[in-house]
Amino acid sequence: MSDLTLHPAPLTLGETLRRSLLAPLIGLALAFVIHRFIVPLLNPLHASLALDIGVNIILAVSLTIVNGFTGQFSIGHAGFMAIGAFTAAGVTYYGSVMLFGSEAFAGGILSAAEAGDATGFFTSGDLLFLAGCLLGGLIAGVAGFAVGLPSLRLRGDYLAIVTLGFGEIVRSLLEQSPDQLLLPSDPAARAAQIEHIRDVGFPTLLIHSGGAIGFGRVPAYASHFWVYGFVALTILVAFRLKASSHGRAMLAIRENEVAAASMGVPITRYKVTAFVIAACLAGIAGALYAHQVRLIPDQFGFQRSFDILIMVVLGGLGSISGSVIAAIIITLLPEILRSPPPLWPVMLVIIAVLFIVRGRRAIRAAIVLAAVAIVWEIVRWVVGDLSPYRMILFALALIVMMILRPQGLLGLREVWDKWIDRRRAAKVEAAA
Amino acid sequence: MSDALFQIDNVSLSFGGLKAVADFKLSLNRGDLHGLIGPNGAGKTTAFNLMTGVYVPDTGTIQLEKKQLNGLPPWTIAKSGIARTFQNIRLFPDLSVLDNVRMACHLRARHNLLQTLLRTSHYYTDEAAMTARAIELLDLIKLAPRRYELARNLPYGDQRRLEIARALATGPKVLLLDEPAAGMHTGEKKSLTALIQNIRRQLGVTILLIEHDMSLVMEICEKITVLDHGQTIAVGSPGEVQKDAKVIAAYLGEPQVRNEPPLPSGEDRLKSPRSRDLRQVEGDDLRRQG
Repeated sequence: MSDLTLHPAPLTLGETLRRSLLAPLIGLALAFVIHRFIVPLLNPLHASLALDIGVNIILAVSLTIVNGFTGQFSIGHAGFMAIGAFTAAGVTYYGSVMLFGSEAFAGGILSAAEAGDATGFFTSGDLLFLAGCLLGGLIAGVAGFAVGLPSLRLRGDYLAIVTLGFGEIVRSLLEQSPDQLLLPSDPAARAAQIEHIRDVGFPTLLIHSGGAIGFGRVPAYASHFWVYGFVALTILVAFRLKASSHGRAMLAIRENEVAAASMGVPITRYKVTAFVIAACLAGIAGALYAHQVRLIPDQFGFQRSFDILIMVVLGGLGSISGSVIAAIIITLLPEILRSPPPLWPVMLVIIAVLFIVRGRRAIRAAIVLAAVAIVWEIVRWVVGDLSPYRMILFALALIVMMILRPQGLLGLREVWDKWIDRRRAAKVEAAA
Repeated sequence: MSDALFQIDNVSLSFGGLKAVADFKLSLNRGDLHGLIGPNGAGKTTAFNLMTGVYVPDTGTIQLEKKQLNGLPPWTIAKSGIARTFQNIRLFPDLSVLDNVRMACHLRARHNLLQTLLRTSHYYTDEAAMTARAIELLDLIKLAPRRYELARNLPYGDQRRLEIARALATGPKVLLLDEPAAGMHTGEKKSLTALIQNIRRQLGVTILLIEHDMSLVMEICEKITVLDHGQTIAVGSPGEVQKDAKVIAAYLGEPQVRNEPPLPSGEDRLKSPRSRDLRQVEGDDLRRQG
């Protein structure tokens, strides 16, 4: 009886493939729908905000694996993002120059922001971009291993200090790096520069990451398809982890390290594993980011790390859906406060839903929401433009949140756990 | 005794100048139910921490089935077959009752991280087996109907029993119970006694038990080791141990009270173990319980 004797029969191949691949394929299909059909309807500002949201979701969910699951306190996540970003930027930019003789965009339908820019369905440019993303993730993961192995023996504050220091080291190293090898417009000089770049070759080229001025002219391959495709994969990895025995071992470390060790959880190995997975995903997020904007090392300072940390804490340490929601809110909130839109149509819908749900708590929530909507309209009417105060309001919102719900929006739980609980309770009752 | 299942020889541990455990010896055969008692601060829990790898002994050896355990990390020791509960409950409060137990089943799982992320057939069969095993163990402690509740919401007695089920889920050869009856009322203690005997009979697990409740220890243990100030002062059957002069002295103080000079000040009074009247009362208690 000391072994798992009651092993059920293995699944058939078809069933295994369905369970293994269906969810990621649905995720990619959704990303494609967003890319092809939803984004064209948005104005460019909203479309670029959607990209920011996607990158932030990947960052928040990946940090949830460390801070939420294993309960470690890492505040250097931007460092891993930076490593992924500059690696991928280097691969795509220098790779494009070496392969195509120009840094122009040469992607297919999946990468092109507008269908007219595409040069096929899936091109060698796309392949180069994907290789950059994966390499960025890989190198960030290796860095995660190098940082994690010695430092994850430390606890709490000490680990926080080490990770903070790591983030700052990455940033200052990037600031000291040699200039980017740009292509001049003069044809002769341009050909010479391309020749020079080919001579230098990888991996030395990756060191030429632009220093404090930053790294630009990276072709914009990071379309909504790739960003949301990776969002889907990241969320999937986190969920599959959380629901598995590996995830439970990580949660056990967070809940009580001594007990977890006594129940046979190799503490250090699991902490390092979580750290490496998170670093790898953060590296991919950075890689996607690198194909949207000009990279400057200052973007990856501790401010950025704290932004990610706030998303994780706000969502509830350990809640994947919570950190997704928080990532969306925190990305949007400063923009919303810049020019406050009317809130009442959304509120009206939510209040209507709450009245349909009924129950005392739903009604109470509806009343609170109605009050918030009214105050919001008054503020909008009296003040008009909130943008000078938006950072103050943002900070205030966080403070209020931490007082009212110190465990974050959702704690360890997911949005739909309540329904699952109800169904389980009914099942247990039926059995009894 | 050389073919003992669990053999501890001359294990010592000091914290600075304090000798927490000195020359500790213990030998358990398969199926034994052994008690470990002693006054507060005698070193019982420290002995447990040594056996489970929380502390590394200064000297001596700890062997399970002839395999040396001292110096190994706690998780390796757990994997070799020693599981424990804790004096102050250390459940995973924000995990469900089922997950608390299921988590400890992972030692016998055979799927790796990649299989988990890819959701292969191995993953599903292993998870299903772990869940079945966990529910089986929860049935044993009669908590299966509450398996989806958070561990933190269980009543105290149930939390203690859940810790036992969690320890059993690691598939141990030796189970170390650290004061399982602490804080339980009489009814709960009775069902705990039945549970411990049940575990031993059904699962064939060897048990080492720390307990302050003498009636419980005397009822179920065949053999008892008594610790005081880190020293082993007696080993024997419940009957022998109860009659042992050193044990009585450790619990109740030395009997030569009348020869002591009168205590001059309050400060000195604090140093004396207990007043004479109290000793009398507790002595009566112990006799009645025995």
